[in-house]
Amino acid sequence: MLQFDQVSKSYPGGFVALDRISFRLEKGEMAFLTGHSGAGKSTLLKLISLIERPSAGRVLINDIELSRIKRSQIPFVRRDVGIIFQNHRLLMNHTVFDNVALPLVIEGFTGKEMVKRVHAALDKVGLLDKVRCLPATLSGGEQQRVGIARAVVNKPPLLLADEPTGNLDPDLSKDTMRVFEAFNQVGVSVLVATHDLGLVARMKYRTLTLKHGRMINDGLLQYQEPV
Amino acid sequence: MSILFTGRATGAAAKKISLLRRFIMFWLNHARQAVASLGELWRTPSASILTIAVLGVSLTLPATLHLLVKNMQQISSSFTQAAEISLYIREQTPDNQVQSLVAILQADRDISQVIFVSKQQAMTEFQEISGFGAALNYLDSNPLPDVIRVLPKNTAPEAAQLLLKRLSNERIVDFAKLDIDWLTRLNAIVSMLQQAVAIIALLLLSAVLLIVGNTIRLSIMNKKDEIEVMKLVGATDAFIQRPFLYTGVWFGIFGGLLAFLVVELMLWWLQGAISNVTALYQSDFSLMAMSFQEFIGLLIIAVLLGLAGSYLSVRRHISAIEPTGP
Ligand SMILES: Nc1ncnc2c1ncn2[C@@H]1O[C@H](COP(=O)(O)OP(=O)(O)O)[C@@H](O)[C@H]1O
Ligand SMILES: [Mg+2]
Repeated sequence: MLQFDQVSKSYPGGFVALDRISFRLEKGEMAFLTGHSGAGKSTLLKLISLIERPSAGRVLINDIELSRIKRSQIPFVRRDVGIIFQNHRLLMNHTVFDNVALPLVIEGFTGKEMVKRVHAALDKVGLLDKVRCLPATLSGGEQQRVGIARAVVNKPPLLLADEPTGNLDPDLSKDTMRVFEAFNQVGVSVLVATHDLGLVARMKYRTLTLKHGRMINDGLLQYQEPV
Repeated sequence: MSILFTGRATGAAAKKISLLRRFIMFWLNHARQAVASLGELWRTPSASILTIAVLGVSLTLPATLHLLVKNMQQISSSFTQAAEISLYIREQTPDNQVQSLVAILQADRDISQVIFVSKQQAMTEFQEISGFGAALNYLDSNPLPDVIRVLPKNTAPEAAQLLLKRLSNERIVDFAKLDIDWLTRLNAIVSMLQQAVAIIALLLLSAVLLIVGNTIRLSIMNKKDEIEVMKLVGATDAFIQRPFLYTGVWFGIFGGLLAFLVVELMLWWLQGAISNVTALYQSDFSLMAMSFQEFIGLLIIAVLLGLAGSYLSVRRHISAIEPTGP
């Protein structure tokens, strides 16, 4: 479903953030994207969500090359890709409900159908009791989960997460990962960028490792926890 | 329908909804967003009130000038129709000569009506109107001349002037009078004012466009983060634009209403002063206020300007905002 073919990205100024990356993520597959800070994880995710365009190579989703997507079509591509942002990116002066409902409102949902879906998404992340709260009154972990609910509320076939456990304690991190697993089990393709190597190793999923913009490992992480 | 995933049903449209219901939903949605934009204005009252005030004042001036021109046209047209030439007959002219002149004038193709007022008639009339009554009987002789009042067919100032020249050459006419100079001047002033109104209106209306555009620009800048998030979750520019366009419409409505109120207040204020003046001139002139059509026209112009101003701003600034991502 998702394919990178010799993709490079250099930022203005000549800095090479990604260097000839190639991989495939199949439909219904879940994988981690790891690497030290600055390795290019966020850049890779930005190429998928069309926030950045590659300098060379091709990014394909369902065999459609993203470089062929016109500017006016970008919003529709983004509706197919659920994104969870490192810094949450919630609307701070709108309630949790409004935040989660946003993708639905954009797609023209109204009334009962919208409320039903928002509640279902909030239920999955365990925040049903915070529907009427403002994001500022929630903890960091809760805000992160509101972001997850927003990303999955319109049931996208592909889910991207950038450091979703960045500022969570280990228990919460594990819970969050379980939420992704649950989505993966209903057929959603999931790609999670994280530098939490311990967590990645414990989860036993395919892991793509970046280093200075190069792909240095693709497969199960070799790291083993001390017994 | 999704671009990347054939067969992936997206959005409310994917659900089978009847055309009628979708039509109703469409308008319901717009009404809801209009109200939401109004609420947004309410939440930032100081900026909104300032913009609406500037808008109202900018619309008041052209509206007032328009009314001024309208009223002056009324004055000038009522006088043009009454353009009348008075021929004062020389003293001691025999009656038969006067009567033959009346007959000649009645046959004149440039003249629509001839009224002969003899000096006796004039005296009686004067006695009645002036209130001197019997006192005038003590005069030795009637000092008033015979007068022939002539209404020209063509009441335009220039044509009346020509006729006046011709008639004053008649032998038995002492002098002919047409009080028309001020009329020509009034006509000139009215047409000059009309042009001034057009220019001032153009200037002020473009000011309105800029004011609305700038206010909307500021509010877009204030919501930059929000707009980025909306773009990231798949909002089109059109979707993001809509509330700002509604804000522009609301600015137009409130600005137009304010202008109307100010104009009405001004008219009410002036009415007193003007009735004093018209009483002195024994004229039945009354100030014409804004008609209902003019009021609706003012509102429509204001709303269109608000919409255009916000559209110009929105087109440029919303597409310029690009999310920087995760
Ligand atoms: N907009 C940008 N302009 C210039 N350099 C950038 C930009 N975004 C990221 N970079 C650089 O690219 C590299 C990779 O960044 P990023 O993809 O965010 O890494 P990661 O998410 O793995 O920490 C970093 O060195 C960063 O400084
Ligand atoms: Mg990053």
